[in-house]
Amino acid sequence: MSERRHRLVFWAGFCVVVLLLAVAPVVLPEFWRRFLTEILIWGLLAMSSDILIGYAGLISFGHSAFFGLGMYGAAAALMTTRPPSLWLALLYGLVAASAVAAFVAYFSTRLRDIYFAITTLIFSQIFYVIIFTWTEVTGGENGLTFSRPALGIFGLFSIPFTPSVLHWFVLAVVAVSYLLLRRITQSPFGMVLQSIRENEPRTRAIGYPIERYKIVAVMLSGLFAGLAGVLYAFQNQFAAPDFVFFLVSGEVVIYNVIGGIGTLVGPIVGAAFFLLLREGLSRFFTEYYLIPVGIIFIAMVIFMPQGVLGFARRWLNR
Amino acid sequence: MLHSVLHAIPFDQILIQTINGIVTGMILALVASGLTLIFGIMDVVNFAHGELFMLGAYAGVLILSATGSFWLALVCASLLIALLGAAIYLVTLRPLLGRDPLTTILATFGLSLVLQNYALWQFGPVARKIQEPFTGHFVLFYLEYPWYRLVIAFLAAAIIAALWLFLKFGTYGIWIRATTQDRIMAEAMGIPVPWVLTAVFAIGSGMAAASGVLFGPLVGVNYAMGTDWVLKAFIVVVVGGMGNLGGSILAAIFISLLEAYASLWVSPAQAVIVSFVVLILTLLFRPTGLFASTPR
Repeated sequence: MSERRHRLVFWAGFCVVVLLLAVAPVVLPEFWRRFLTEILIWGLLAMSSDILIGYAGLISFGHSAFFGLGMYGAAAALMTTRPPSLWLALLYGLVAASAVAAFVAYFSTRLRDIYFAITTLIFSQIFYVIIFTWTEVTGGENGLTFSRPALGIFGLFSIPFTPSVLHWFVLAVVAVSYLLLRRITQSPFGMVLQSIRENEPRTRAIGYPIERYKIVAVMLSGLFAGLAGVLYAFQNQFAAPDFVFFLVSGEVVIYNVIGGIGTLVGPIVGAAFFLLLREGLSRFFTEYYLIPVGIIFIAMVIFMPQGVLGFARRWLNR
Repeated sequence: MLHSVLHAIPFDQILIQTINGIVTGMILALVASGLTLIFGIMDVVNFAHGELFMLGAYAGVLILSATGSFWLALVCASLLIALLGAAIYLVTLRPLLGRDPLTTILATFGLSLVLQNYALWQFGPVARKIQEPFTGHFVLFYLEYPWYRLVIAFLAAAIIAALWLFLKFGTYGIWIRATTQDRIMAEAMGIPVPWVLTAVFAIGSGMAAASGVLFGPLVGVNYAMGTDWVLKAFIVVVVGGMGNLGGSILAAIFISLLEAYASLWVSPAQAVIVSFVVLILTLLFRPTGLFASTPR
């Protein structure tokens, strides 16, 4: 009974949130519509990183590489094919991101804890340096600009990506990704990941090939991060090496910690909180907004390690 | 045949790059040994280490312009940043004692954001210059090679040697090593462990600051200079074996030499890739570190 009720509450809540987000572009002004789309994209990136941080207990400081490769993969498809194809961009982006994820996963999963964090960080810097210096292909520091593809299935229909259509497209992708990731984390695979987080030697002793589980987890995480990168390419119509720099990965970790790790929704809330905070604070602190943001982040690491969502949950349960 | 091959190798350039590599390698070793000291003893990955390096260089700039003495600036900046390090430790890392070491990465990452943007706010985006204490040169093939660069390498080596002697023979150094081996036992023997940890963080910070001041004259002092160094130091620390002081020093010199040689053929921005390759190979074949005595 309670199980069924729980499920009912979840689906009702899910539908209400998605409905609210779907109505938003109709009522919101242009600036906030764009802002909301960005939150959804960064939220998807943060959610992809939550598989590692929250479920497998691996802190990745390399998600900018997956995100950036998704972005540059989409750019490659959009710049080489005429007319630009949405599905080809998705395909290129995802293939690029998962290839990089496979490479990073193979090396980094040999290490644990802090070593994992540092190796993922350094690996993302490898891709940063390559993209930054390979000017003929990637445009180097200036990045690449391209045009948005049309939303359509070949021969069936085709509608241009107006801001609202883009928002709905992003919303649909993020909502479906959320449901997929939720299913995955509740599956036996997700359970094994959580057991690795809780006690790795014991999980190994039971007989799970934990290296293989970790590799799959990193690749899965990289795939969804790449998806976020492709969406961001559609939204901004440019790809720049700044997005591959490790500070982006650090911000993603911040979203997770602020929102609450191991909750999937938390990282999206964290992204929203962070971006709103940045928007609000940059009015007073201009480009130095990272000073108060950093202080708030440190305070949250010390005093509120379960994040906003975990804190709210505990407070509600009291 | 052999003659023409030998002729094709630019020996003079290689020698110059060897000296360059050793000089940057010693600075890097100084940065990395602070990092590895902090890691080995307190399980803290200090993301803000590069920022301490950068703030040390800025403190050097300010003290130098106030007093006019480079050596005074070097000593005072190190002491100042050591104090700052102690304060940072007490405020942000002490509360995390006993929690998952991963939380310290998060806290120090936050710190690095705060410190870097503070420097940008205080000192602006334009690079400052530290005047080297003396400007003598000696002739090295076709180059006028500054003596100062060699002095840096010697000073960095001297500081590292002093640290090693202190850890090996000093009473407080023995306290530090005892804390590394067994924190609880050390506490039971009456060693004030929390203060030892604070002191270690302060020493590591001071070393970062000293390298910042020493390195300042070679390039401009800039708010973002710490990022490059902390990344390099991370690579060094992983290649040398985490928490392994000797390994870090060897790895720092090894990687800097390789990068110096590589920059004979490719641009310095691409030469960084060499250190990445070394890292990948290390992870593949000796994940506990290239210079680790016993596999962990």
